[in-house]
Amino acid sequence: MSTGELGYLRDMKRIRAFEERVDRLFTEARIHGTTHLCIGQEAVPVGACAAIAPGDLASGSHRGHGLAIAKGLGTDRLMAELLGRRDGYCQGRGGTQHVASLEHGFLGTNGITAGGIPIATGAALSARLRDTGQVVLSFFGDGATNQGTFHESLNMAAIWALPVVYVCENNRYAMSTAIGDAVAIAHLADRAAAYGIAGETLDGNDVLEVRAAVERAVARARNGDGPTLLECETYRHLGHSKSDRREYRTDEEEQCWLQLDPILRSESRLIGTGELTPSALEDLNAEVDAEIDAAVTFAEASPPLEASSASQGVYAE
Amino acid sequence: MSVPVAEITYAQAIRTALVEEMTRDERVILLGEDIAHYGGAFRVTEDLVNEFGPQRVLNTPISENSFVGVAVGAALTGMRPVVEIMFMDFITLAMDQLVNHAAKLHYIYGGQARVPLVVRTPSGAGRGYGASHSQSLEAWFVHTPGLKVVAPSTPRDARGLLRAAIRDNNPVLCIENKLLYGVKGEVPEDDEPIPLGQAAVVREGEDVTLIAYSRMTALALEAAAALEEHGIHCEVLDLRTLAPLDEEAIVASVARTSRAVIVEEDTRRGGVGAEVAAVLADRAYDHLDSPVRRVACDDVPIPCSPTLEQAVLPSVEKIAAAVESLI
Repeated sequence: MSTGELGYLRDMKRIRAFEERVDRLFTEARIHGTTHLCIGQEAVPVGACAAIAPGDLASGSHRGHGLAIAKGLGTDRLMAELLGRRDGYCQGRGGTQHVASLEHGFLGTNGITAGGIPIATGAALSARLRDTGQVVLSFFGDGATNQGTFHESLNMAAIWALPVVYVCENNRYAMSTAIGDAVAIAHLADRAAAYGIAGETLDGNDVLEVRAAVERAVARARNGDGPTLLECETYRHLGHSKSDRREYRTDEEEQCWLQLDPILRSESRLIGTGELTPSALEDLNAEVDAEIDAAVTFAEASPPLEASSASQGVYAE
Repeated sequence: MSVPVAEITYAQAIRTALVEEMTRDERVILLGEDIAHYGGAFRVTEDLVNEFGPQRVLNTPISENSFVGVAVGAALTGMRPVVEIMFMDFITLAMDQLVNHAAKLHYIYGGQARVPLVVRTPSGAGRGYGASHSQSLEAWFVHTPGLKVVAPSTPRDARGLLRAAIRDNNPVLCIENKLLYGVKGEVPEDDEPIPLGQAAVVREGEDVTLIAYSRMTALALEAAAALEEHGIHCEVLDLRTLAPLDEEAIVASVARTSRAVIVEEDTRRGGVGAEVAAVLADRAYDHLDSPVRRVACDDVPIPCSPTLEQAVLPSVEKIAAAVESLI
């Protein structure tokens, strides 16, 4: 039986290649601003989006390129958004932390830590009231679980039994602050108990484990059994943002987590089962690189909006 | 043919608008603290839960930032939520969702998103509620691109502006006034929604324009009546919408009168009146025969003691004195 893991590997590689290219474009001063890369965390969005239907919804954090790609956004228009170009999903007005594509059911990345959690919760309320059958995935990091909106939203979703899955990407650091310095409990999923909802801590670097956990949560949500808090343990291989020298953590710790890399895990598993051969892996890598090359070419060829348009579109018609 | 006119309170007029819009559009839902069976702290939503059911009249926990955020998410996905913030002071707890999200998503998402959200909230002092239940914080929202702000002064305007706000495809803050809730006024039954962004001349005069909104409009009218006895003819312009501001009406009135006194219940420094004064300096300078004066709340936290509370608030006497200082 196919697990679908080959497809997940491909998407994880697409995200990885996208992020590595973004990193390089910054180094080459071809992108302006800042960015938060999700290298090392790819299994969480890919596994989670594998568990939902195309019509379902998702909202992300500031570290949201991976979720955008997993939710179906094209790397070309996403890259154009990061470059501030007209063909970006938001015409370049949003940028890395404010990119959305409603036609893909992607409610947006979010520059305010935990800012997207109530919005995702409201989308779930709306889905319930409009009887659409949709489920909403709300993505955020470990740092967001100390914001009021996290607690308030989980509570509201619980009392109203809303069809939402709260996906915490616990990458162990809120910028430089280690999770152990920010909370006094071992597992963030334990916070689910405070709201009377299901909670689960899982290996966020195993795409199949993520998919399985989200499938269970989505089943509960669709069945009217309310929200779930999933704590996906993972690690960002790079720093918080461009300026981060990662002095708050050790090389040993980083090396340890590199061994647990989600892409290596899936690759070795697929080669072990024979679903993937070394030459097919080479082909896959080349295909992904070509996609990202094309995305950059597309993005850099796209013009920015006219400066005179800056004052337009503040209000909707 | 005469139009049926109801003599109803400001609170009843708001409730009427909610009933009308909820009946017209099933996407309209209400969220807020104690708004269901209790009917809201000021009983504006009384019985609506019985009329429209608990699916459309949702009591929320005391979580302002998140239930405003929930409304943003619902608005983004096809609903038209109307949120009640029990006292305007509590809107401070929801600043992130209003300012960083509701106000911006249409623009920063490149026009693909709309946030048809209404936030209703009572502002104002005068009931001895003290510093955390008496503020008029409208200037912060007028300062935020992407938000619309209305502040009706009469039952008729309260109904008409709220209906327009609910039909608008943008986040609209509807500032009610707690001292106005019980004030009665005539509301023609066949009124249409009142377009946002239009001020109204509510009294004509040629000597000075009193520019006011919300409860201050009644004070301005009272001052105008008193000044009339002294031979000073005041025009009273009710702004009705604070953002976008009806600059044309402001300039047109002052072009006629050459003088302006702005009456506002928010604190003076950086307040709505400062913006109106800047509009006059920019666009009506050649018409002005005297300085522009502001009658505003003093720049202090609202004190609880009735003596002190009245001392810091605008009054008919303060308005009259400001006018007389110009003429």
